[in-house]
Amino acid sequence: MAAPSLDERAAATAKLVLAGDVRASARLMRDLDDNRPGAVEAMRLLYPHTGRAYVLGITGNPGAGKSTVVDALIDLYRKQGKRVGVVAVDPSSPFSGGAILGDRIRMQRHATDDGVFIRSLATRGHLGGLSRSTSDVAAVLDAMGFDVVIIETVGVGQDEVDVVSQAETAVVVTVPGLGDEIQAIKAGILEIADVLVVNKSDREGADRTVRDLTHMLELRPHEAEPVEIVRSVATNGKGIDELAAACERHRLRGDRAPEAEGTVTPRRRRRAFAQVREHVFDTLRRAIDEALESRGDLVDRVALRGLDPYSAADELIQAITSVPSLR
Amino acid sequence: MTEQTLRPRKIRILVAKPGLDGHDRGAKVVARALSDAGYEVVYTGLHQTPDMIAAAALQESVDAVGLSIMSGAHMTLFPAVIEALKGRGAGDVLVFGGGIIPDEDVELLQKLGVSAIFKPGASTQEIVDWIERNIRPKHEVA
Repeated sequence: MAAPSLDERAAATAKLVLAGDVRASARLMRDLDDNRPGAVEAMRLLYPHTGRAYVLGITGNPGAGKSTVVDALIDLYRKQGKRVGVVAVDPSSPFSGGAILGDRIRMQRHATDDGVFIRSLATRGHLGGLSRSTSDVAAVLDAMGFDVVIIETVGVGQDEVDVVSQAETAVVVTVPGLGDEIQAIKAGILEIADVLVVNKSDREGADRTVRDLTHMLELRPHEAEPVEIVRSVATNGKGIDELAAACERHRLRGDRAPEAEGTVTPRRRRRAFAQVREHVFDTLRRAIDEALESRGDLVDRVALRGLDPYSAADELIQAITSVPSLR
Repeated sequence: MTEQTLRPRKIRILVAKPGLDGHDRGAKVVARALSDAGYEVVYTGLHQTPDMIAAAALQESVDAVGLSIMSGAHMTLFPAVIEALKGRGAGDVLVFGGGIIPDEDVELLQKLGVSAIFKPGASTQEIVDWIERNIRPKHEVA
């Protein structure tokens, strides 16, 4: 019984994270991703130390240059003396459950800079463009003391908009020549953008893309928040300082504005809502899996048509909700 | 929640190409095969220094690092990566690799701490089997 308790281990981990220990922090990220006992306890202790970092979300079409934009932003923030954490999400294969996480390739030049911490995550079946663990991993970087945390989503289609609930500023990256209706960023994606980037803007059609986006923004209601459009060529860093400046203007307009201090802004509410809901889902999902595993007899009876799935579900829900604590 | 009902950890592997040669087809084939086997593969691309590899392995908390070396510099690069990992307190990360490596060097490399060498002609299944034998059991105790 000499082994330290979960709470003692969590306290030790939290202390190391707050001291900026890379190894302990990376392990905690993995424990969060793998749903290990103790990880949530450590997060509970770290939570009061989060909320300081500026959390920037980068999303956009596959191939738009999200990773290259992130790389250029890291470079710029580092030159300003800020420490930068990055959470880069790539999709898991729905068939094998495996993933190739390749976002670091574009960020190689920062690999040995102690002021940069890059963590790759796979979606692990989570929809919405992020992994389940993304907000927690970003929170660990925040608690470690990184000034800016950049979350890069998977290449999105039209409804992978989770990043909005995680980031203070959502940047949507697009490129010229995706079609005259700007197919990929209609509806959802355009609505989530706080700042729009037309990357690869040295390509033909950039003017037209900017014009189309401007028109689409004009169609929004008058009271809608302003959205800046920035042109960039991320491969050579062109336009990145304009992008950072636009993000900073958005940040100061938003939750960091003096008048927002201590108030429940819509964005804060949305973020809190998403965080709480995610953890409720998570706990329930685990309880459901456990219940299904332990009540294999119910499943078998449904398989043999001796029981209908509706009654089986009712019985499982009874079993789950009668457990004193779901965890 | 009890230990027995824990889902298994996801195995994470870093695949990197240290040194100057640009032949990354092998590394890509291996990365793809490991992903197909259900692992999460962090692929860092070409021209990595040992220190870049060690830093990435630490930040990504991987179980193992797989190196592909075609340049003939394996006797320098493998030990350098192992040293860099140790230097960052990540000596428990296994190092394996493949490439154009003569038989007489394989044994030497294993003495220097390389966990496994897969020679040309080895199937990707052999690598997967090795990972299942050498990495999976570690997760069952931890």
